[in-house]
Amino acid sequence: MADVIEVRDIIKTYQLGGSPVQVLKGVSLTIAAGEMVALMGASGSGKTTLMNILGCLDRPTSGCYKLDGREISSMSVTQRAQVRNEKIGFVFQNFNLLPRTTALENVLLPLAYANGAPSGAKLRKRGVEMLEKVGLGDRLDHHPSQLSGGQQQRVAIARALINNPRLLLADEPTGNLDSRTSEDVLRMFQELNHEQHLTILLVTHASEVAQHASRVIRIRDGLIESGASTSAPAAPPTVSAGGS
Amino acid sequence: MPTVTSTAVTSIKALRRNPLRSALTTLGIIIGIASVIAMVQLGEGSSAAIKETIKNMGANTLIVFPGAASSGGVSFGGGSAVTLTPADAAAIIRDCPSVSAAAPIVNARMQIVHGSQNWVPQYLVGSTPAYFTVRDWKLKSGRFFNNDDVRNANEVCVLGQTDVNALFPSGHPLGKTILVQQVPLRVIGVLRRKGANMFGMDQDDIVVLPWTTLKYRISGSTLMNHNENAATSSTTTFSPAQLYPQQSQNLYPAVSSVQAADTPNPVTFPNVNNIQVSTPSSAALPQAMAEINALLRQRHHLLPGQPNDFNIRGLAEISRALGKTSALMTDLLTGVALISLVVGGVGIMNIMLVSVTERTREIGLRMALGAKPADIMGQFIIEAIVLCLFGGALGILCGQLLSIVVQSMFHWPVQVSVPAVVGSFLVSAFVGVTFGYYPAWKASRLDPIEALRYE
Repeated sequence: MADVIEVRDIIKTYQLGGSPVQVLKGVSLTIAAGEMVALMGASGSGKTTLMNILGCLDRPTSGCYKLDGREISSMSVTQRAQVRNEKIGFVFQNFNLLPRTTALENVLLPLAYANGAPSGAKLRKRGVEMLEKVGLGDRLDHHPSQLSGGQQQRVAIARALINNPRLLLADEPTGNLDSRTSEDVLRMFQELNHEQHLTILLVTHASEVAQHASRVIRIRDGLIESGASTSAPAAPPTVSAGGS
Repeated sequence: MPTVTSTAVTSIKALRRNPLRSALTTLGIIIGIASVIAMVQLGEGSSAAIKETIKNMGANTLIVFPGAASSGGVSFGGGSAVTLTPADAAAIIRDCPSVSAAAPIVNARMQIVHGSQNWVPQYLVGSTPAYFTVRDWKLKSGRFFNNDDVRNANEVCVLGQTDVNALFPSGHPLGKTILVQQVPLRVIGVLRRKGANMFGMDQDDIVVLPWTTLKYRISGSTLMNHNENAATSSTTTFSPAQLYPQQSQNLYPAVSSVQAADTPNPVTFPNVNNIQVSTPSSAALPQAMAEINALLRQRHHLLPGQPNDFNIRGLAEISRALGKTSALMTDLLTGVALISLVVGGVGIMNIMLVSVTERTREIGLRMALGAKPADIMGQFIIEAIVLCLFGGALGILCGQLLSIVVQSMFHWPVQVSVPAVVGSFLVSAFVGVTFGYYPAWKASRLDPIEALRYE
């Protein structure tokens, strides 16, 4: 199976108060199509920076990043916006739904920026289908404030899926949910992964969440600690890396 | 790529999410446009009123005076020659396209009597019905004399308000008879009050009658003696033939064959003191002047190089000054209008900047979902334009209402100004683009990572 994500020797340096700080110190990893991978790391490990680069929101200082076979690291702001629109579905910790906007309109938001998106009744039909898929067919015209946290996150998932993305990027998707709802959302991710072979990257610091993934990539101090590719055996989550 | 319409739909949805803020934002534009509309319409109204006043004062009239007569190198001064005729006045109105009315004027200063009351009016004017058109004078009651009255030298007159007060303390002058030089004149009309002219003379102290009546029944055959005063006129005796002339006057006495042979131009031509001419607007004055000049030179058989035997005068200086005042007023209003619009525009910019800050996360989210910087910029500019156009539309409405209120409360003249309405719409769109640009640019430059994390 082709690799959806292929990262080689990515370095990211920030200028902090005049002195350069290297956050990513040469990261390489691959994620194949249809995989469900968890990216784990403590805060300050470079996890968020790596996620931003993988989500095409940021560019590496050096190194190569290929998403679905296309080189991203040299793209302009506008080109990356288009790639985000076409290839990536985002699910955020705090849902990021537009307030005072119906669930349906929230779901249809990415299509406003898509090339050749359908319009009128066809557009609406697609949004309704997506919401039905996440079990919210009866909540089309509800505003986010009228929905529970779990329902809001499901609206966000429907929004992430509306453009048929190659990669679903979930940043702490259960961080604001109770354990039962978290379980529901994670099961939904697994179903999407199994039934539609959707490539999913879960960014989390919680090992209960990471357990739902088929592979765990661990990052520490700007370097991949384990699980960089499918060929390398994944380290058991409970064993500390520095122990051997 | 989102189209302009879909961006507009996005913008309107975004505006509707916060209706109160949108309404308050547009308030600046509403007030700005409303004041512009109201002021322009009031300004145009008062400008029209000023033009009306100018017309009233006679700024669009010309007066043709006869030239100076001289004998043996001694000049008798302007107006002393006897060269203008009522036929000249008729020819002017017939042959000069820039002239809207022309009235021959015969002046006299004589005593008028009714019962035990007597008075010497400032102006005793013999003319044609065109006089009332030239002077733009309206009736208070009764009627003007007409061309038949002029042709038959009927003994009728129209009185100014001052003379009515002097002769008829009890009022009701219509149908009564006044005496001028023992000639009875029936009062057929009373003129509306006009007040003093710009030199302080009471314009209402006037008696207007057909020039033929004044010239042939009252003043006698010549007008050179029209400066008789009340004292002499009251002591002069008149023969019954003069007092009660034949019903039909021979206006143009036949010349004898000897006279005709001696003088190709009949010397007994009835002359008038001056001819008053009006034009549709003060702008037509120079054209009318040229036309009258050419016509009278031809009619008076003046050869090229020969000086004019007449003078044409107008109130050009006054009309120029008033025109300048009017233009100044328009400029002033435009300036005030611009200031209020700029204030409204700054309000829009202010609120749009607040809006961009407040919606940082929304912008970050849109960017993460694939909005390009250009899309974000378009959205915010269109939001600003929609706000401004909406404000402009409401402002036009409020301005019209304000105009109507002012009109009904203060009776100020108000004119609906279509250019002001169209201009206001264009200006509000322009304000939207100008003052929406910087906030929109700022929004488009946001970093999606920072924006998504913004609290």
